[in-house]
Amino acid sequence: MATLTKDQAEDRTTTTAGPAARIEHVSKSFTGPAGGQLVLDDISLDVAPGEFVTLLGASGCGKSTLLNLVAGLDRPSAGAITTQGRPALMFQEHALFPWLTAGKNIELALRLRGVAKAERRPEAERLLDLVRLSGAYGKRVHELSGGMRQRVALARALAQDSQLLLMDEPFAALDAITRDVLHDELTRIWRETRLSVLFVTHNVREAVRLAERVVLLSSRPGRIAREWTVGIEQPRRIEDAAVAELSIEITEELRGEIRRHGQH
Amino acid sequence: MASTDTAAKGAESDDLAGLEAGLDALDTVQSHRTPVSEVLLKKVLPPLVAVALVVAVWQFLVWAEVTDEGSLPAPSAVWDSVSDLWLQGTLLEVVWTSVSRGLLGFLLALAIGTPLGLLVARVKFVRAAIGPILSGLQSLPSVAWVPPAVIWLGLNNQMMYAVILLGAVPSIANGLVSGVDQVPPLFLRAGRTLGATGLKGTWHIVMPAALPGYVAGLKQGWAFSWRSLMAAEIIASSPDLGLGLGQLLENGRNNSDMPGVFLAILLILTVGIAIDLLLFSPLERAVLRGRGLLVKS
Repeated sequence: MATLTKDQAEDRTTTTAGPAARIEHVSKSFTGPAGGQLVLDDISLDVAPGEFVTLLGASGCGKSTLLNLVAGLDRPSAGAITTQGRPALMFQEHALFPWLTAGKNIELALRLRGVAKAERRPEAERLLDLVRLSGAYGKRVHELSGGMRQRVALARALAQDSQLLLMDEPFAALDAITRDVLHDELTRIWRETRLSVLFVTHNVREAVRLAERVVLLSSRPGRIAREWTVGIEQPRRIEDAAVAELSIEITEELRGEIRRHGQH
Repeated sequence: MASTDTAAKGAESDDLAGLEAGLDALDTVQSHRTPVSEVLLKKVLPPLVAVALVVAVWQFLVWAEVTDEGSLPAPSAVWDSVSDLWLQGTLLEVVWTSVSRGLLGFLLALAIGTPLGLLVARVKFVRAAIGPILSGLQSLPSVAWVPPAVIWLGLNNQMMYAVILLGAVPSIANGLVSGVDQVPPLFLRAGRTLGATGLKGTWHIVMPAALPGYVAGLKQGWAFSWRSLMAAEIIASSPDLGLGLGQLLENGRNNSDMPGVFLAILLILTVGIAIDLLLFSPLERAVLRGRGLLVKS
């Protein structure tokens, strides 16, 4: 999927019926010692094929919970989620397996997908090449920097050949310089592969920098508060005036949502 | 994508590649292995000094005649009985009799303890049923199994293996259980999103992730195998069984041959340490080093 030619990518989107992910009236509550707690309340959201959507919200908005539901790691209490096949998921922590080299981590994903043995190594090298880590095949996870680990994790996620990539604050633990570079990298790879991306973050600038559409969730319970379509042309920079302008507008809205919680 | 921005995009992409290469170079951790001379100086020398000190104190006590020679033989007397045994050609035979029993028993314990540990770790009912018994068994001295084993199986090698198994299987199984319990949930979630569920998850994710705990269990399992075997050999000595280190110790006691007793104890200790140093410690270090878990001192 990762290095599909443009024709193949277009072919894929035309044969795909409907959105890459459809979230319909999804609610989720967890039963705790204090009774049931509603975390997500009636969320409906479609991610179109090839679309980049960020889910934005303060803590307690259930954005990671929603991502887990879409990933199939948990079941919604009400509502339905449809995806085209099993989505790929990237975590805040790289979640690479430390007993395998970078290359073997990717090959494990290929193997679990059923790729024939002879094709795994070249495919893994191709994916590493895509995230510009051609030399890292034989490296152990602890020999890689934080940014490199996340790029290997991205390559491993791409190895799943899924049309939907879920990202749970994947750059939150990185330093600002590395994060900035990885934003450029993710945008480049997204544009090359035409994947659908659902990206969770609490960083407004990051959301605006990356997405075609920003969805703001309110907290406790998580509801969709507002949506923005980001019309700024890619490639963008996080410093762009247009990015800053929209970020201010969204931040105001986000702060309003947060303030409501201090009022009762 | 219009062809007009291809050139601009290419330049921008090269820019990013260069930036990234620079960041990678700056951030990469250099890992290196310590040179042999440093290992010798820091790891080998201190225990040698300690052994030399113990022998010196021992020799001093003999010279000072704190007790009679029947209770505390001189180091030289023990050395003489080593060379006697060597000259008779029986030293290696005695050691091999015990070591081969110990290792074979350990391998059997491995073959039983591994699936057992996996069952206890992964199946809730099995864990609730036999988990507490399994960890309780670890605190039961394996010498307690010798009398029933002799009654059930008689004075033979099967009895020895039974005692080793009863001592080592709980250790190996418990090591694997705690290894599995310590697998970070993140690995399991990551495995599930990659499609590693059920047996595939156990094979590709749980087992390798639990390896450090498992190897620690193996190390302990070996110690228990060796101890159990010595208990069995001391209690159940019989001419049919062949002379092992435990019998050598027991013979020394029967003949009031104190240098022989010391010799047997030292040999038992040496074999236990040697197997650990040659087999299990390198295995443990290799596992930990591969994961970047060895702390550089």
